[in-house]
Amino acid sequence: MSGIKKFFAKDGTKSVISSLISILIGLVFGAIVVFIVGMSKKTIGVKGAWEGVRLIFFGVLNTGRSATGALTWGFNASNLGNMLFRSTPVILTGLSVAVAFKTGLFNIGAPGQYLMGTLASLALALSLPSDKLPTWLIWIIAFVGAMAAGAIWGAIPGLMKAVFNINEVIACIMTNWIAANLVTWFFDGSAFCNVEEYGKTGYIYKTSFNNVATAKFGLDKLFAGSQANAGILIATLLAVVMYIVMNKTTLGYQLKACGSNRHAARYAGIKDKRNIVLSMAIAGSLAAAGSALYWLSGNTEFFWSTYQSLPGDGFNGIPVALLALNNPIGVVFAGIFMAMLNIVGMQLSNLTAYNEYITDVIIAVIVYMSAFSLVIRMLLNGRPKKEKAPKKSGKEAN
Amino acid sequence: MSFLIQQTLLFMVPLMIVALAGCFAERSGIINLALEGIMIFGAFIGVLFVRIMQEKEVFEAAKSAGRWGSLQFFEILAMLIAGLAGAIFSLLLAFAAINLKADQTIGGTALNMLAPALVLFLVRIMVNQNTLMMAKGDAASWFMIKKSTFGIDKKTDIGFLGETLINKVYIATYICILIYIILAVILYKTKFGLRLRSCGENPQAADSLGINVVKMRYIGVVISGFLAGMGGFVYALTSSNCSANGDVAGFGFLALAVMIFGNWKPLNIAGGALLFGLFKCIAACYSTLDINGDGVFWLAEIGISTHVYRLLPYVITLLVLAFTSKQSRAPKAEGIPYDKGKR
Repeated sequence: MSGIKKFFAKDGTKSVISSLISILIGLVFGAIVVFIVGMSKKTIGVKGAWEGVRLIFFGVLNTGRSATGALTWGFNASNLGNMLFRSTPVILTGLSVAVAFKTGLFNIGAPGQYLMGTLASLALALSLPSDKLPTWLIWIIAFVGAMAAGAIWGAIPGLMKAVFNINEVIACIMTNWIAANLVTWFFDGSAFCNVEEYGKTGYIYKTSFNNVATAKFGLDKLFAGSQANAGILIATLLAVVMYIVMNKTTLGYQLKACGSNRHAARYAGIKDKRNIVLSMAIAGSLAAAGSALYWLSGNTEFFWSTYQSLPGDGFNGIPVALLALNNPIGVVFAGIFMAMLNIVGMQLSNLTAYNEYITDVIIAVIVYMSAFSLVIRMLLNGRPKKEKAPKKSGKEAN
Repeated sequence: MSFLIQQTLLFMVPLMIVALAGCFAERSGIINLALEGIMIFGAFIGVLFVRIMQEKEVFEAAKSAGRWGSLQFFEILAMLIAGLAGAIFSLLLAFAAINLKADQTIGGTALNMLAPALVLFLVRIMVNQNTLMMAKGDAASWFMIKKSTFGIDKKTDIGFLGETLINKVYIATYICILIYIILAVILYKTKFGLRLRSCGENPQAADSLGINVVKMRYIGVVISGFLAGMGGFVYALTSSNCSANGDVAGFGFLALAVMIFGNWKPLNIAGGALLFGLFKCIAACYSTLDINGDGVFWLAEIGISTHVYRLLPYVITLLVLAFTSKQSRAPKAEGIPYDKGKR
C-alpha cells in the first residue's frame, strides 16, 4: 500500500473526511435555501441570491462593498480576529459536551452551566475591589469561581442520573431553565446592572468598568479592530489538557470505561456513580470556563433578563462536539469553524437582505448529517451496505 | 375560579397533547426528543396558513357577518394543517432513526435546532421582524368563543359552568381533549395499539409474529409529529395570540418530562399535565389570580418574588422525577435501532 492509500485507510482520516462531508452538505443546503428564497423574492433577485451564496462560503474573507456596490474580497483582520474571539466559548462548551459524550452522557445542560459561569464570573469580577487587589488576581478568581459554579451546576444532573437514574437529558433541560431563572433573579435590581450609561439598564456592566479584562497578548495588533484576546489560547490549552486527561490518565480511562459499558466498568471495580458525577462536573466547569472567557474579555455586555431564552453558545457546543467526533483537539477546529459561520451570519445580515439565522439552519443540517456519519463512513469504507452489520449507535435508554 | 381553571387548561392542553405525542413515538421504540422543534414548526405553518387565508380574504365574509361556525371551521382547518406540517417534519427524524439507524437523541437535537432557525430565517425575510402575526385582527376576535357568540349579552350571568366552559374559550382546547381520549383508547384498547406498543418493548418478537416493525415505528413517529405540530399551533393560538416567533418556551421539553413523569401512560400523563399546567398558570398570572373571588389577590400579597413562581414548574418537575423515577418504566426497546439479527 502506498503512503497516500495508507493515510486514507486510517480511521482518523475517515472521521475527518466524514465530518468535512457533513460540513459541505450543510453549506450546500444553506446555499440552496438562500438561492431559492432569493429567487422567490423580487427584492433580492438573482444578483442578491448569488451574493448570498458567495458570502455563505467565503463570508469571513469579505471586506465589505466597493463604491460601486460590488462585494470586495481579501484579508479581513477584524473578521478573522472576531472569529477567534467568538470561537472561544463554543470551543469550551464543545469540549464540555465531548467529555460528557465520552462517558456516555448527553450534556444538553451546557447552556445552564454556561449561565452559572456567567453569573459567577461577572459577580466576582465586578464586586472585588480593583483598587486593593491586582486586576490579574481578580481575573483569576473570577475565572476559577466560574469553573467551580459550573462544576456544581453540572454535578446536579450527574447526581440525579447516578442516584435516581433519571435520564440526564431531562434533568439537564430542567436545570437549564432553572439556571436561566436564577441568573435573572440574581441580577434583577442588583448593583451590577449598568445604570451609568444611558439605556443600558438591561445589561450588566462590562468587566472593564472594574478594570478587569483578559490580556491581549498582542492578538489585538495582529488582528486590528477585532476583539481577539488571549482567551483562545486558554481554550486551546484546556483542550490539550482534556486530551491528555482523557487519553493518557487513569481517570480518563475510567470515565471512558463507564461510557462504554457502565455495568462492565462496575464489575471491573470502577466506581461508576462517582465517575458519572465527576464527568458531569468536569463538563460543567468547562462550559462555565467558556462563558467566563467570553464575559471577562472586558468588551462584552450581558443581557440579564434571560429567563425566557438560553444562550446559543451553550447549545452550539453540541454540533461542535459532534463535528469533532468528541476528540478534544478536533473540538478546537470545529469551534473555529462554528465561529466562522457566526461571522458569515453577521456579514449576511449587514450586507444583504438575508439574516443571520441561515447559519443556524446550516448548523442544524450539519448536526443532522452527523447523526448518520455512520452511513457516510460506511460508504467511505467502500463495502456494500448489506455486508456491514449496522453498529448499535443508540445509547442505552434511560 | 373560572379564570384559574381556564388559564390552567390553556397551559395543560398543549402539554398533554404533546406529551401524548412523545408517548406514541416512544411506545413504538423511537425517542422523540424533537417535540420542541416539531411544535415550533407546526405553530409556524399554522400561523402562516391563517395569515395567508386572511390575506386572500377567504373567511372575510364569514367574519364580517359574524358566522362563527365558519370561523371555528377555519380554526380547525389551521390545526389540521399545522398537524400535517408536524407529521411531515417528523419524517426527517423517522428516516434518520429507522432507516439509517442513527442516534435518535442527536437526530432529535438536530430537528430542535433546525426548526427555530428555519422559522426565524423565513419569518424575518417575510415580515422583516422576528414575529409572524395574523394579517389582521387578533386571535380573540377571530377564534375565541364568547358569550356574544351565542347571542348572550355580556352582563348576563350564565352560571359557573357556563362561565368556565363556554365563555372566552377556544374550540381547540376541547378538540385536543377529544383527540387525546380517542388516541389513548386506540393505544390501549385496540389491536393496532397493542402492535405499536409491542414494537417498543420487543421488536424482534413482534417481527416474528408478522408485525412490520419499520412500518409501525414510522406510524408512531408520524402520529407523534402530527400531535406535536398541532399542539404547537394550539399553544401559539391560545397563549401567544396566534403568532409564531420560533419559540414555544420549552413546552416540548416540559412535555417530555410530563411523559416520563406520567410513566408513559395516558391517564398519568393527563394528571402530570394538570399539575404542570397549574404551576405554569400560577407563574404566568399569579398577580391577577383571585382564587375564591373575594377580590383578594393573596398570591400577589404574600410578597414572594416573581422569579420563585417562574422557577417552580422546573424545580417541581425535577423533584417529582426524583421521587417517581424508581417506579418509572420506559418502553424497553426505546432508543435502540431495530436490528433483525439481534435477540
